[in-house]
Amino acid sequence: MNAQEPLVKISDVVKHFDISGGYLDQLTFKSGRPVLEKTTVKAVNNVSLYVEKGETLSVVGESGCGKSTLARVIMGLYPPNSGSIHYKTDRIDNLTHEQWLPFRRKMQMIFQDPYASLNPRKTVRQTLEEPLRFHNPKMTNGEIRDKIADVMQQVGVDPAWITRYPHEFSGGQRQRISIARGLILDPEFIVADEPVSALDVSIQAQILNLLMELRVKRNLTYLFITHDLSVVHHISSRVAVLYLGTLCELADARTLFETPRHPYTRALLSAIPKVGEQAAKHIKLKGEVPTPVNLPPGCVFHGRCVYAYDRCRTEAPRLTELRDGTHVACHAVEEGRSLD
Amino acid sequence: MKTRLEKFKESYFLYSFKRDKVAIFSFVTLTVFVILALTAPWIAPMNPYDSANIDIMNSELPPVWMEEGTSEFLLGTDNQGRDMLSTMLYGLRTSIIIGVGAVALQGIIGVVVGLLAGYLGGKTDAILMRLADIQFSFPYLMVAIFLSAIFQVVFGLGSFERLAIPLLTIIIGLSNWPMFARTIRASVMGEKNKEYVEAARVIGLPRWTIMFRHILPNSLTSVMVISTIQVANAVMSEAALSFLGLGMPVTKPSLGSLIRAGQEFFFSGSWWITVFPGIWLVIFVLVINLLGDWLRDVFNPKLYKG
Amino acid sequence: MSHLLEVKNLEVKFALRFGDITAINDVSFTLDKRERLGLVGESGAGKSVTGFSIINLISKPGFISKGSIWFEGNEISKYNDAQMREIRGNRIAMIFQDPMMTLNPVFTIGFQMVETLLAHRNISRAEARAIALEKLKKVHIPSPEQRLDQYPHELSGGMRQRVIIAISLLSDPAIIIADEPTTALDVTIQAEIMDLLQELCETDNMGLILITHDLGVVSQVTQKIAVMYAGKIIEFGPTDQVVHNPVHPYTIGLIGSIPGSIPPGQDLKQIPGMMPTLTDIPPGCAFNPRCELKQDICTRETPVLMEKQNGIMAACHMK
Repeated sequence: MNAQEPLVKISDVVKHFDISGGYLDQLTFKSGRPVLEKTTVKAVNNVSLYVEKGETLSVVGESGCGKSTLARVIMGLYPPNSGSIHYKTDRIDNLTHEQWLPFRRKMQMIFQDPYASLNPRKTVRQTLEEPLRFHNPKMTNGEIRDKIADVMQQVGVDPAWITRYPHEFSGGQRQRISIARGLILDPEFIVADEPVSALDVSIQAQILNLLMELRVKRNLTYLFITHDLSVVHHISSRVAVLYLGTLCELADARTLFETPRHPYTRALLSAIPKVGEQAAKHIKLKGEVPTPVNLPPGCVFHGRCVYAYDRCRTEAPRLTELRDGTHVACHAVEEGRSLD
Repeated sequence: MKTRLEKFKESYFLYSFKRDKVAIFSFVTLTVFVILALTAPWIAPMNPYDSANIDIMNSELPPVWMEEGTSEFLLGTDNQGRDMLSTMLYGLRTSIIIGVGAVALQGIIGVVVGLLAGYLGGKTDAILMRLADIQFSFPYLMVAIFLSAIFQVVFGLGSFERLAIPLLTIIIGLSNWPMFARTIRASVMGEKNKEYVEAARVIGLPRWTIMFRHILPNSLTSVMVISTIQVANAVMSEAALSFLGLGMPVTKPSLGSLIRAGQEFFFSGSWWITVFPGIWLVIFVLVINLLGDWLRDVFNPKLYKG
Repeated sequence: MSHLLEVKNLEVKFALRFGDITAINDVSFTLDKRERLGLVGESGAGKSVTGFSIINLISKPGFISKGSIWFEGNEISKYNDAQMREIRGNRIAMIFQDPMMTLNPVFTIGFQMVETLLAHRNISRAEARAIALEKLKKVHIPSPEQRLDQYPHELSGGMRQRVIIAISLLSDPAIIIADEPTTALDVTIQAEIMDLLQELCETDNMGLILITHDLGVVSQVTQKIAVMYAGKIIEFGPTDQVVHNPVHPYTIGLIGSIPGSIPPGQDLKQIPGMMPTLTDIPPGCAFNPRCELKQDICTRETPVLMEKQNGIMAACHMK
């Protein structure tokens, strides 16, 4: 790790959800005797990461890998079961609602679904005004008006549309308004949860360009959650690959895309459909994705990994740092076995 | 920029209203009913609640088109000599006041309980919803008998006549709130996981603001739909309570008490005392229910397609 | 020589309360055996409606107002409901984005497959089960015997989509229309499903129409691409030509806006604005308000699809 203190640091974060419901739902019979059995979704398991100021760290993974949960744990929407989260030097995972408030101004979030992320009953003005008035009760009406107009301009929405309701906008414009809401408090750190995956390709490019432009202009730091690897390649400085709530690989974006180490990362990269390339031979995975309710023992990926052997089935690999700074959790890589 | 009125004119709501003859008919009838009821003190031929106007000699006169009818009492008189038409207008007024008041009370309790249960979840949810279940398993008649008994002991029989309207409002309001609570809870559970609620939480807004300013406005359509149906139910409940002698006193008859009063004279030939208020009540409840059905169809997102 | 499927000047309209709107405008294409055609476009471009109208499954206010559809030499757009049922799901199968649209959650996979077979063919239950098993093997489902007795919810999304493909193969169709078949799936699974569809076209002599918004997927699987914009085909040609040397400015913009087409960190090439809704398509070329090359003629005259270069047809005045 660099000498400079990271902006956000997550250590050994675990988040499990109890989905077993009431006592009656938990009741099962084992060898004739009634027992209460809890069902937990193990969404995030011992994930440690840090985000440095000014960088874009992407968290990639397929559906159900816990990437959205991780984003919400960092933003304090779900309390973690264990582990710690630091913002600069302050620990933020165990704060009360009031203690959180100063961090709310610095950390904001952008959501995936532009149709669900704006309150349909509020005009653009109401949506953008609310955070300002709440966090800056002393701001005058004039200051608020100027601030909103300024931010709307920055995200490319005509400030004249301020009295409109969300349903009067297209998906791309709604996403711009959603970004404006995220920026209105002038945060330093933005968690973007799949901000472009619900948009059409041409609109997606507009939003990605906007996000990159804002990053430079406002000196933002992004934690970018996505399943789309081509987007990741395009915007990130570092990439974290999640599989079933476990961090498999963490590397510089260039290193990761040039020399993926973890067998899962390799399969993932080979499967990206690239325009103009006749189907390159993608790495075929075996088996099925286990559910996060019944995590396999050992390495979570062993059931689908063609290189798995006995050690992988019993012992979970630890994240180890390689010479080029890449972190990988894989026995085969650690032992230097050939993966070709 | 379009004004609200222009937007309303182009809305799907108005469009489907205009295309639905039943909705238009119900709406017009309901409006007429409400106007008649609210203006009763000015348009009714006499004030049936004022004993000075009543002459017992006029009792059980038939409607004007029958042999013994007089033009003074268009729809005849009841067993105490009150003009039927005036009494029905006054009675409808009482019914509407109690119905709307009771629904407002149910609505307030139900919305607060439903919001808390749906948004907070967990133990709060379990406790509040079991409370609703318990409340629901008491027939409102039992609640009514119970409450009015207590009331009469505490305030005495004399004040019962004066306070009958607020009392009935409270009784009917208290016994039907679980309907609202359940509907609101279901709709809140659907809304609370939407991203705009998460966005509000990320901004740091307090729970109350999120519940009442963000989630509630988005759950209001379902409130509107059940409100209309519940007004009809409350009017029916009031009529039923009055019919059983637990509601409006004989000196201030509502539609239910009129039906009850007339029932004794039904087979002795004075059928109009029961039949007219009965038809009156049925039409009134029917149009509200028809309108409620139409509202439900309009607001049902599955059917909502331009 | 007649084609397996020929769509000629298809026009589909939707009757709405403020009048008819045109969802599909003068769309023509052909499909031969073992040919794979991609219909590409953003949401609202009319690609799904095109797919649905081939098997006459357009939902209520929509109707085919012009043009004809020919399948194996017959004009199926003139067929009545009973005749169409013989074609739909039988000779022409359709696969949707959400497998649960086709699968019934309360029956086992095997039951659903056997019932489908018995409804169409005069065979015994055991024979039907054998055919079902054979089709499941064909779509490379692991342990197919067990799958027959499982319910749809017991399978993962990728497996369900394989089952759907197996079901669509039951009647040995001549054409499969796949509408965004992998949009809901993860990339690793998507790649496998696409491999499978491609393989089936070869082994079973089928034609494939792949409807998707993902140019990457289309470019790997198909031989021909039709790019749709606001209800029209604006570019049509061999896949590698369209992908490497696109003619229409919209296609160029679309390819440029895909991250991965240019070096990381640079600005993506973006098309300003957005696709018009079907109710207010601009006069002339529908793309003109967003086009860099726009001239006066583009706002006056609607360009027609014509041969441009390297076998590509495009509808553009400027190229």
